[in-house]
Amino acid sequence: MNGPTYSKTELMICVAARLFEDSTTCFIGTGIPMLAAMLAVKTTAPNLVPVFEFGGLGAILEELPRAVGEARTFHKGISALGICDTMETAQRGFIDYGFLGGAQIDPFGNLNSVTIGNHDHPKVRLPGSGGGNDVGSFCWKTIAIMQHDARRFIPKVDFLTTPGFLTGPGSRETAGLPPGTGPAYVVSTMALMDYEPATCRMRLRALYPGVSEQEVVANTGFELVMPDTIEAIPAPSTEELRLLREEIDPLKFYI
Amino acid sequence: MEILESGMGELIQPYDLDEFREWNRTKKSRKLIDKRMSEQEAIQQFVYDGCYIGTELYGTVRAPMSLAREVVRQNKKDLRVCGQGVLELDLWLAAGLIKKLDITYIGLEVYGIPPSLRRAVESGQVESCVEWSNASITWRMKAAAMGVPFLPARSMLGTDMLKYSAAKVVEDPFTGIKVALVPALILDVALIHVQRSDMYGNCQIEGITGFALEMSRACKRLVISAEEIVPIEEIRKYPDHTVIPYYLVDAVVHAPFGSYPGEMAYMYGRDEPGIKEWVDMSASAEGANEYLDKYVFGVKNHDAYLELVGKERLKQAVENREKREA
Repeated sequence: MNGPTYSKTELMICVAARLFEDSTTCFIGTGIPMLAAMLAVKTTAPNLVPVFEFGGLGAILEELPRAVGEARTFHKGISALGICDTMETAQRGFIDYGFLGGAQIDPFGNLNSVTIGNHDHPKVRLPGSGGGNDVGSFCWKTIAIMQHDARRFIPKVDFLTTPGFLTGPGSRETAGLPPGTGPAYVVSTMALMDYEPATCRMRLRALYPGVSEQEVVANTGFELVMPDTIEAIPAPSTEELRLLREEIDPLKFYI
Repeated sequence: MEILESGMGELIQPYDLDEFREWNRTKKSRKLIDKRMSEQEAIQQFVYDGCYIGTELYGTVRAPMSLAREVVRQNKKDLRVCGQGVLELDLWLAAGLIKKLDITYIGLEVYGIPPSLRRAVESGQVESCVEWSNASITWRMKAAAMGVPFLPARSMLGTDMLKYSAAKVVEDPFTGIKVALVPALILDVALIHVQRSDMYGNCQIEGITGFALEMSRACKRLVISAEEIVPIEEIRKYPDHTVIPYYLVDAVVHAPFGSYPGEMAYMYGRDEPGIKEWVDMSASAEGANEYLDKYVFGVKNHDAYLELVGKERLKQAVENREKREA
């Protein structure tokens, strides 16, 4: 039986949304994380506390914010303060999750959003860390959202912007980052990945409908840890797609 | 204290705290003086070639866009800038005004990497980019605001961010954990847009305060643009809303729709087509120049800019504002 048709982006948003836990605090960045958070609130995590770095806390996400500082990030919110309060709250351990993106990711979940090529003479200048490095340093668990291809999933990022597990077990703590923090998942356009605890290396966890293990391997520029059993991600439900298309992004900014 | 690691980025604005104290003692009047002036006068008087300058909040949110356009109009060059920016710094980059950057994020949000940033940095027109995270650059301003030389942070550790910043890693002398020390940042000039100010510069903000508190206290000269200029009695009715007291302020510019095409909480929303126009035109250097010709050089001042934009679009932006629950 064929279910509803959907795009890769829609599926990725659904997979990310299903990872949110109810009644947790979560840093939300511009783009896909905002859509995922909105979908989560309308489905499995109605009491999620969205945190936006420039000061919006606990907004009711009725309309899609297009920027991390705009008024929709504190719409009917609990507080509208400033970046210091938000970042200091994260630094003292109050923010559970952080959703991040980047241009490149490596096997330890380190992300690059600064430069492609040499820093001082870059081939491509990217926007920069913004709050990315802080989110990756302070949040208990971070989730990366990425397009899946071998140019983005690479053995070593050109510029290590946001810390994942750095060079492996114990290296975050050695560097001085707060213990117990680090990457938890990667949501890509093909699969859901997590990290093998013993090695801190990225591990395939679940495949999207219609995607084979071989395809994921072919589109990953490093060796993924393979688990004994690979789970299957269910396709977006009719209701998830309806919420996304009719309530969350009716103006089609992303989907 | 032993230094375990040093960022190799240049400290492009070295600080002198005692000089800053002296400046605040002698150059910042405690008198209630009428500081209202035109944007032309304010930029002429306080922004100069080579100065270290910052803007708050960012491009599409409570940003001093009218002041940013005036900086382009007056061709203030060789600017050293901290940013955190969207449209405002993009305009400066496109106009070739920026020489050095303490960069955190310059992007177009939903629209991705700004072509004007790419052109300016990849061509070498911007001589250096020193990297900072959003928290660390704000804590640098907070250090200056506190009057102390640095703040310890648990950010940037273990990454290339630290390496390409001017931060230093040390062991906390009390507990032994590693921390990054981020140096105080005292700006020569800051531009901040607010909902309302009185003629003396007492400013009130609605919605998030971003880093207005930190930046306003970490600069030598502060130019305020305000949607409304109100009598001081109005300020005194709601002193709990005041985030910038007058003595920090050097100039007050009346700028209704000063953040347009960006938004101003509870007053007007962002004008998506207006923002998109810059996004599309700045795809090429020629297009960016055309935009500057039309919206910056082609108009004498902010009033003329608003006339060019037209009442209809401004009315639409007001309709799209964030509304408080009745």
